[in-house]
Amino acid sequence: MIYHISTHFRPPSQTHTLTMAKQEQLVLLDYWTSIYGMRVRIALAEKGLSYEHRQEDLRNKSQLLLDSNPVHKQIPVLIHNGNPICESSIIVEYIDDVWKDKAPLLPSDSYAKARARFWADFIDKKLYQIGSKLYTKKGEEHESSRKEFMDCLKLLEGELGDKPYFGGETFGYLDVSLIPFYSWFQAYETYGNINFDHEFPKLIAWAKRCIQNKESVSNSLPDLPKILGFVQYMRKKFGIEE
Amino acid sequence: MAVKLLGIWQSPFVLRVKLALSLKGVEYEYIEDDILNKSSMLLQYNPVYKKVPVLVHNGKPMAESLVILEYIDEIWKNHPLLPEDPFEKARSRFWAKFVDDKFVPMIIRMLRITSDQKDNAAKETREILKTLEGSLDPNKPFPEDKSLSFMDIAIVWVGYYTQMLEKMLDVKLLDDENTPLLNTWFRVVLNLQVIKECLPPFDKLLTHYTNFHERHTTAS
Repeated sequence: MIYHISTHFRPPSQTHTLTMAKQEQLVLLDYWTSIYGMRVRIALAEKGLSYEHRQEDLRNKSQLLLDSNPVHKQIPVLIHNGNPICESSIIVEYIDDVWKDKAPLLPSDSYAKARARFWADFIDKKLYQIGSKLYTKKGEEHESSRKEFMDCLKLLEGELGDKPYFGGETFGYLDVSLIPFYSWFQAYETYGNINFDHEFPKLIAWAKRCIQNKESVSNSLPDLPKILGFVQYMRKKFGIEE
Repeated sequence: MAVKLLGIWQSPFVLRVKLALSLKGVEYEYIEDDILNKSSMLLQYNPVYKKVPVLVHNGKPMAESLVILEYIDEIWKNHPLLPEDPFEKARSRFWAKFVDDKFVPMIIRMLRITSDQKDNAAKETREILKTLEGSLDPNKPFPEDKSLSFMDIAIVWVGYYTQMLEKMLDVKLLDDENTPLLNTWFRVVLNLQVIKECLPPFDKLLTHYTNFHERHTTAS
């Protein structure tokens, strides 16, 4: 596995304003470890968009976050010219919709689109929740979660097949949906007792391809040891025994 | 036939797909599956979840009701379901997802709820419905048959199944004090012709889920 990904990634510790495109104002409310936030960072980078990147303190959420996402009060939220869009997969589709002339993420074929959406939804429903049990649960629940997690990854590897990307020859929507999980692989490996290189060689090869070929990915994902450190910190904080 | 829909009569997710096909005037073959004895066709077409609805178009299967709705909207361009404006489109998708993420687990819980847990669950359901009411624009006219949208189709079943739960469990969920706009919206939309034609019969639904609830709450 590649442990050090980022060449330019820096978690925004304070607001910093990049050069704004004329008449377009984009603000991303985010948190550096968030898989969902990473998806949006990648999509924005794919389209070459400048935006204000704000790190939220999730224990002390900003008024802007609470106003922009009153229903879920969660990041990521993309605010475009004052209009908030919530839910990472919906935000990525929105970005693809508005800036359709550059780096299309969803395939043009309707059936291929349906497949991409199906698998992105599968990832949303399964991977994060089950993955989190790997570092929060013990005993039987841990063992069954581990098995379920690996089954999910096997299915995803099956969907990838021999293609370079989930999108086929080009990096696309489903690649964007899944690649952020790579930054959590060392954490999953450590607490899930999974050898990714051995169990999922195709997925690891795909992840390396994304990191090496796509700056949008290498600039958006934190290093794996940093996420591992975050999980270790959270486990201590919530009193989950080593 | 070019379009096949695998479903079960009681599923609100199948209902969504039926509504979309009906609004677009798409001819299709409906195949009723058996939830207790899933067909090999279903297992072949949806190996990941083994659930309905599955839409098969020219031999190509797809699953997940909202994914299917998006596909139908793209292939059959008449009576567009999603708005053109990207922000409004995102809003429609947001509320459809809200129903799936929040209301569906609640209804699953309610179908197995014991009498001591009932009131708490009812309170939580009313809170979810109150949030859902926030999706409605009080200044917008109620939809008619010819203006039913993606968001309307994604949400309308909530009113019907909530009414069923109210009768089944003797709880108040659609409170006129709590959600007056939503209640009116449900009343109007559930009375539209195209919706009425696709809804499963209320009494049949009530009997079915009452039996389900009994089976899951009686100690064996």
